Amino acid sequence: MPHRTKVKAVPVPEILPQQAHPMQKYLRMDRLPHIWCSGCGLGTALSCFTYALDELELGAEDIGVVSGIGCTGRIAGYLNLDSYHTTHGRAIPFATGLAVAKPDKKVVVFSGDGDLFAIGGNHFIHAARRNIDMTVLCVNNFNYGMTGGQYGPTTPIGSRGTTAPYGNYENPFNLPYLAASCGAVYVARWTSLHARRLKEAMVEAIMKPGFTFVEIVSPCPTNYGRRNRLGDGLDELRTYAERSVIRHGANPAEADLIPGNDIIVGRFIDTTRPTFLEAYQEQIVRKNKFDK
Amino acid sequence: MAERILAGTHFLNGDEACAEGAIAAGCGLFAGYPITPQSEIAERISYRLPQVGGVFVQMEDEISSMAATLGGAWGGLKTMTATSGPGFSLMMENLGLGMITETPCVVINIQRGGPSTGLPTLVGQADMMQARWGSHGDYGVIALSPSSPQESFELTIRAFNLAETYRLPVLVMSDEVVGHMFERVVIDPERIELVERKAPAEPPGEFLLYKPGENLVPRGMPTFGDGHRVHVTGLTHDERGYPIIDAKTQAQLVPRLKEKIARNAEAIIDVEETDLEDAEVVIVTYGISARTSLGALRMAREKGLKAGMLRLITVWPFPEARIRALADRVAGFVVPEINLGQIVLEVERAACSKAQIRSVPHAGGEIHDPQTIVDAIEEVLRNAT
Amino acid sequence: MATAVTKRWKTKHGYLYIQEDECKGCGFCIEFCPKKVLEESAQFNAKGYYPPRVVDADACVNCTFCELICPDFAIWSEKEQEEVSRNNG
Repeated sequence: MPHRTKVKAVPVPEILPQQAHPMQKYLRMDRLPHIWCSGCGLGTALSCFTYALDELELGAEDIGVVSGIGCTGRIAGYLNLDSYHTTHGRAIPFATGLAVAKPDKKVVVFSGDGDLFAIGGNHFIHAARRNIDMTVLCVNNFNYGMTGGQYGPTTPIGSRGTTAPYGNYENPFNLPYLAASCGAVYVARWTSLHARRLKEAMVEAIMKPGFTFVEIVSPCPTNYGRRNRLGDGLDELRTYAERSVIRHGANPAEADLIPGNDIIVGRFIDTTRPTFLEAYQEQIVRKNKFDK
Repeated sequence: MAERILAGTHFLNGDEACAEGAIAAGCGLFAGYPITPQSEIAERISYRLPQVGGVFVQMEDEISSMAATLGGAWGGLKTMTATSGPGFSLMMENLGLGMITETPCVVINIQRGGPSTGLPTLVGQADMMQARWGSHGDYGVIALSPSSPQESFELTIRAFNLAETYRLPVLVMSDEVVGHMFERVVIDPERIELVERKAPAEPPGEFLLYKPGENLVPRGMPTFGDGHRVHVTGLTHDERGYPIIDAKTQAQLVPRLKEKIARNAEAIIDVEETDLEDAEVVIVTYGISARTSLGALRMAREKGLKAGMLRLITVWPFPEARIRALADRVAGFVVPEINLGQIVLEVERAACSKAQIRSVPHAGGEIHDPQTIVDAIEEVLRNAT
Repeated sequence: MATAVTKRWKTKHGYLYIQEDECKGCGFCIEFCPKKVLEESAQFNAKGYYPPRVVDADACVNCTFCELICPDFAIWSEKEQEEVSRNNG
């Protein structure tokens, strides 16, 4: 469209007193602005989440958020919901306690790649195995951002981190593959550029009973991006635009994230099996008539 | 649905009695991981909890067990976990989370020989200092020590009550012998008093999650999804619950975590005194060692030795005022414990060199030979001026 | 210190709001607006970043992509037919 070649006067805006953002009711406005860097994908993840809540018409009485430690873990502090900022790696078991105590409410774990898959890895696989009714949203920025950029379980081979000064040589997790193999009933991956689809995935994942998982690929311009010469946040998003390929139903085993290769995104798994509490109700309570 | 309170007279071991105590107290969630000698708690509660509408989850480890115990509490349930030494060590970080977030719940440690894997099937009492200082940072602790299956039942209920009253994880420091011994347990529903969770007095928007009352305890606890939109964090936080990382906020929060126990110690402390009126030597003891000490006490009295016993039912907060008062008039204290001297350090500290202190240690694996306790009593009396 | 304001542009079927002082200059909205509605301002904001400004209001179709992707809640759109109640709370 050649409209930019016309010399046009810049439209003059109205100046209004500060207006309320449409998603304000989901945010603790007194805690904003948030701590995340310019170009970080966490703000987008938070934004998409509030729009997902709005679309689902879920309020504070319906949903709670549990987070761990790290930049992503701070997300809980900005949401105007019951939010629980727990210890490193232990958001999922804390959320298990909540979910079991309040089965009619939605529990979302919002945490980062290191928190969920290094120290928290064991809890992830068991909660998925049990099909605990919760949604795990993992913002994957390929390093431990909060603590300065150490490498982590999703850092690609060859990438640098402060504790991988010669380049990482450990094989990283393929998160959708891991989630699927542990029994997650919904597995999707989007980047923070795919804001609309990410929001939709959050909606689907939250509404679906059982253990649902969405990986959110995000820039970390201050640490991972800078050390690996990926440019700033905008540059990383341009890379996502260039390299993302949407493949719904793709085999997660074939969705490794390798720098320079395609970024396979989409809804990979969407299946059904009894949740932890459904199995408990059926096999223990009803079978033994404990509810009589 | 079955009855929560197993009314009647039963022949139970300490572990089973703990499980029944939890159920009688209204426990809605037990999240635990098996470990000898706790497993009977998990096994019995996995059997009983579903009968009364509760949920048992065998978590993948003790770390997640403690985390789920905290989560379930914020979900409105009375929650409990149980373990032994190695698991207790794993639980420490999240115990601290429970302390700083002021989460009511119960943690039972059926102590065994340590350190590390130690003596999985044999008694120890060597986690007592860990109970007080195990997690990093400063906080107050309540730890109860049952000496019988009957007490295992009663003190588990008391632990739930104290947890709700003072808003923290309360520890029940039992041991393998009490846990595995079978004795008569009389359960009378009339004698069971429960403390229920206090809901916030103010509506959402006005209620401050961590604003303390006169007794330094937060004044009500919301439940997930009730509209209060709490923010609960392990970071140092203000009365709203919002993290503020500075010394001023630290000073407003952390001393209160310690003081809410210290200031209310009189109401919390529970001891049992035997033959103290004319005692010249006081045996200070807890848990199974108190049972052994009872035997030693009888032996001593038969020999004409003026011994008495102060049994610590609450080990933390430690009854230092009682020790200090006794130190003024007795020749000394004898402290048998199945460890190399832990609570004896507290006795020493409280006695302020006004009386002799004799530790009667035991590395673990069996209970004391009562004679060693009598020997210590005699030694004190020999050295008395 | 200037009072915080919100700038509002009239689009064909609604409005576009920008709260300049919230912007952290990531550039996402400018780059990925499908209609090239935005460009960088000539002035920087209180934080030292160059927030977006509308350069072609007529092109805006209130698709809300900028609103969704903005990490700082600094830009949002409003369609005329939408109920005003959307901005409550």
